[in-house]
Amino acid sequence: MTGTINIDGQNIPFEEGQTIIEAATAAGVYIPHLCHQPGYTPHGSCKLCTVKVNGRNCSACTFPAADGQTVINNSAEQELDRRRITQMLFVEGNHFCPSCEKSGNCQLQGVAYHLNMLDNHYPHFFENREMDASHPDILIDHNRCIFCNLCVRASQQKDGKNVFGIAGRGINKRLIVNSPSGQLKDSDIDINDSAVHICPTGALLIKRTGYQVPIGQRIYDHKHISEVALAQENDNGQD
Amino acid sequence: MKTFLTSILTEADYQPVRLLSLLRKIQSQYQHIPMEAIGILADALHIPRTQIIGVVEFYSFLHLTPQGRYDILISDSITDHMLDKENLLGYLSSVLKVNVGEVRADGLVSLNNTSCTGMCDQGPAGLVNGLPLTRLDRPRIDEIAALIEQQQAVSDWPGYLFAVSDNIHKAGLLLNTPIEKGTAIKSAFNRGLPATLQELDRSGLRGRGGAGFNTATKWRFCAEETAAQHYVVCNADEGEPGTFKDRVLLNSHADQVFEGMTLAAAIIGAKQGFLYLRGEYLHLYDKLQAVLQQRRADGLLGDNILELGLDFDIEICLGAGAYICGEESALIESLEGKPGIPRNRPPYPVTSGYLNQPTVVNNVETFLAAAKIAIQGGDWFAGFGTEKSAGSKILSICGDCAQPGIYEYPFGISIEQILADCGASDVLGVQIGGPSGTFISNKEFKRQLAFEDLATGGSFIVFNNSRNVLEIVQNFTHFFAHESCGFCTPCRVGTSLLKKQLDKIVDGHGSSGDVVELESLCQLVKSHSHCGLGQTAANPILTTLQRYPDLYAKRLKTIRYEPGFDLDGALEIARRMAHRNDAGAHLSQVED
Repeated sequence: MTGTINIDGQNIPFEEGQTIIEAATAAGVYIPHLCHQPGYTPHGSCKLCTVKVNGRNCSACTFPAADGQTVINNSAEQELDRRRITQMLFVEGNHFCPSCEKSGNCQLQGVAYHLNMLDNHYPHFFENREMDASHPDILIDHNRCIFCNLCVRASQQKDGKNVFGIAGRGINKRLIVNSPSGQLKDSDIDINDSAVHICPTGALLIKRTGYQVPIGQRIYDHKHISEVALAQENDNGQD
Repeated sequence: MKTFLTSILTEADYQPVRLLSLLRKIQSQYQHIPMEAIGILADALHIPRTQIIGVVEFYSFLHLTPQGRYDILISDSITDHMLDKENLLGYLSSVLKVNVGEVRADGLVSLNNTSCTGMCDQGPAGLVNGLPLTRLDRPRIDEIAALIEQQQAVSDWPGYLFAVSDNIHKAGLLLNTPIEKGTAIKSAFNRGLPATLQELDRSGLRGRGGAGFNTATKWRFCAEETAAQHYVVCNADEGEPGTFKDRVLLNSHADQVFEGMTLAAAIIGAKQGFLYLRGEYLHLYDKLQAVLQQRRADGLLGDNILELGLDFDIEICLGAGAYICGEESALIESLEGKPGIPRNRPPYPVTSGYLNQPTVVNNVETFLAAAKIAIQGGDWFAGFGTEKSAGSKILSICGDCAQPGIYEYPFGISIEQILADCGASDVLGVQIGGPSGTFISNKEFKRQLAFEDLATGGSFIVFNNSRNVLEIVQNFTHFFAHESCGFCTPCRVGTSLLKKQLDKIVDGHGSSGDVVELESLCQLVKSHSHCGLGQTAANPILTTLQRYPDLYAKRLKTIRYEPGFDLDGALEIARRMAHRNDAGAHLSQVED
């Protein structure tokens, strides 16, 4: 079954089994997101892609498209809500963009630019989070993890491994590594694993690559995240 | 350790879905989950160790570090607070010589808070090694402390320390006349299963957990799914503070509940059912196992039930301290041996539930009612209650009233009548449906208990005029922040921000802008959270802000902006290091 959904007044076709975000991306409509990547089981946790479907809030990345849906993706109210959710992610961890080597290539930062986020708004948690620099080539900076679960899914679904997991409850959530010591160096991770390259923030980094492209010449320094995401995700979708 | 693990693994048939029960056994044997055990389990069950650690860290009753051999948890529900819980906890901490949240140096005892234990009608309550301690007072605490110092096994402690009463004060159409064992199944087969489902439909029965979905519709949707297996799950994870009706139903009417499950199994075509029992009700476990055993002996469970060609059995799974597991999809995840994180919907459990098979999940009271309806017919049930809320509702009433306990009323009953019956006077307000429900003020007592007006899963907490509304809201808001599963951003971060923002105001550091901010945060958490927990976590604040704006206003400073931290207090360490305490070493919070 195929049909049409209407996003912000624009009629968009969809195919059976597509979610709202998949139909939107294929039609060149950007819906902000962080925990979603084409080709991975939808997660629905970051809630940035929340859209109004027939008047109700739904995650566009998990909600199936159905004929005749009226979807609101862009409204002043939604932009504010998305900005607030992004600000929540910023105060929950410790994100110091100017000193982060992912700056300019970071999707969290790119989304914040997109949403015109100028401050953090909420009080910081100042969580004391540690780093795992044990691996010779790969680094985890827990300060920047937003629990999007992409590394967990990539390791399971693309790499056929189980390197990562998310443990803890509520605000005490944390990324954990599947090794007897809990350290990355004792896991079976490989620098070529998809899981290493998928992090939308600077939580998972490859060592000694940080400044090969100077700050100022990086992806989101020049391009809007909507443009980049639509181009890349449509390519991936055609794999 | 290897021998112990091999024996429990064999008992669990090496099934990864039994992970939670395996971990419970390891916790009670070693007072924690040792790293060595995690390695052995991961190998034996062929699951990543991250999944095991994820489960351990998710559930409040499981720990990676050793707890005391006597592990005491004190219930932090608002009703326990109203019964002097804070002072008793302090006293317990002093007599046992252990700080709250710590393990005593000799490893004998640990002490901490826990969310509501479901004993609000006989609090202050607690748990020792998982078993309930009720009606705590200083003499009892002295006695408990002495037993611990003498290292008496908990099984040898005097029974009255663990006594749990039913406290049924008013029985209605369900509690008055329990069914005879087997009669619901026989009636259903005599009438025919499709006709019985029609009777259920005619009865208008809606789920008693709170959401109120039509029961017959749920069963029909599930029955219509073609799949290899269908499952029936009884949700006995009532964790809403102030709710304890399922505890009483399982203690005194378990047969009828199991019969309701068997009925559902016959209708949807399930061979296997689960009773998901909250960890706090460990004391009911053996008793319920015995009821199941008796039903098997009576031919009411197992193969070819009552020679009607129905095969069905029920397994009991214990939770381990996580309120969120009362959410049906989180409960299913927990049954599968995973952290209780609510799933994305659609698909709904009726199409893809336990092990992705069609599954009916209903509340204890729903199954109890369904069994009776199978015998008496739909019209009988629909004859009680209101148009959209047929039948009766079993309430757990606690707080400021003479007779806390269980009351059953036809839907449509006024709040006024309930308050009169339970002996409540000088009432300030009532929390209906628990913290996730509505706080109503004493101007609203003409309102009705019904899906049309005030819906409830059963929790009814009475507050008299000596109570402080903001302290109540604070307790509830902290509860939600503690129990958020942390899956989605608005709830994970939002409930913690709500806690911070409310504390700022209640502690006297708020200004008018802070209330505006609090309200908009409430709306964001409510409208964007993934599941019911986040969607209702702001209700205590929103419903009281609406009714008592002046109470919030009274706490505010008159200035436009007030920082959330104590500037002068933050300089204390610097003053000590500099050996200074003169006027110049102090800063005022804001310029006057």
